[in-house]
Amino acid sequence: MSEKIVLNYDVDSDDFTRAGEASSKVKRKLKLMGVDPDVVRRVAISLYEGEINMVIHADGGTIQVIIFPDKIEMTLRDRGPGIEDIELAMRAGYTTAPDNIRSLGFGAGMGLPNMKRYADDLKIESKVGIGTTVKMRVDIP
Amino acid sequence: MKVEEFISCFDEFDLLNKGRNMDEDVTEPYCCDLLSIAMGRMPQGAAWVTVMANVNALAVASLADAACIILAEGSSLDEFTIEKAREKGITVLGTKLKVFDAALLIYNRLNA
Repeated sequence: MSEKIVLNYDVDSDDFTRAGEASSKVKRKLKLMGVDPDVVRRVAISLYEGEINMVIHADGGTIQVIIFPDKIEMTLRDRGPGIEDIELAMRAGYTTAPDNIRSLGFGAGMGLPNMKRYADDLKIESKVGIGTTVKMRVDIP
Repeated sequence: MKVEEFISCFDEFDLLNKGRNMDEDVTEPYCCDLLSIAMGRMPQGAAWVTVMANVNALAVASLADAACIILAEGSSLDEFTIEKAREKGITVLGTKLKVFDAALLIYNRLNA
């Protein structure tokens, strides 16, 4: 594979039953391309966390995934409330998710830490009242 | 042990959905109900014992490559969720056993 492949997805707001569709599609695509299973798993997990965050906090958004021969880049954009204190948000266990989200099994404050753990690089740009852009990169060994 | 054999060797478990992964290996039991933790820590091929019977748990099982979900403490899937499990080809079992007891049973069987 010499050229890059660009995939774009919309994430709907408040639709937990569909959250994960973009991650599943990306996972399937990478599997079919014969990408290393560990890389596929790390992409799937970090992307799903991002997707769920967009549904919980930001009324949805857009996801772009670019598959290069040597890496996978993921960009998640939303026009949600923004993150006031990114350092605090990165702390394992810190959460602002409401109770109804917790009853679904989320809201443990592990989303961003998981993304950091599974991606080779994670960058968050956020402006309160404007939105958040999360960029992640997973290298293909 | 393959999923095929796993689903038929426990009298205590009911098969709620037979997935499309009968040839995969079941590696070890894993217990957790918080989805983000489960997704981050679950070993590949896990027999995931949980009480979270919703579509998000299905998504987590699928994305984290669980071999199957075992819904413990009598939790069960509603029609919508079972349809999703069929669609995604995820193997789901149910049991009245407590989470720990179900996982212990699996552990003992896998390590027999």
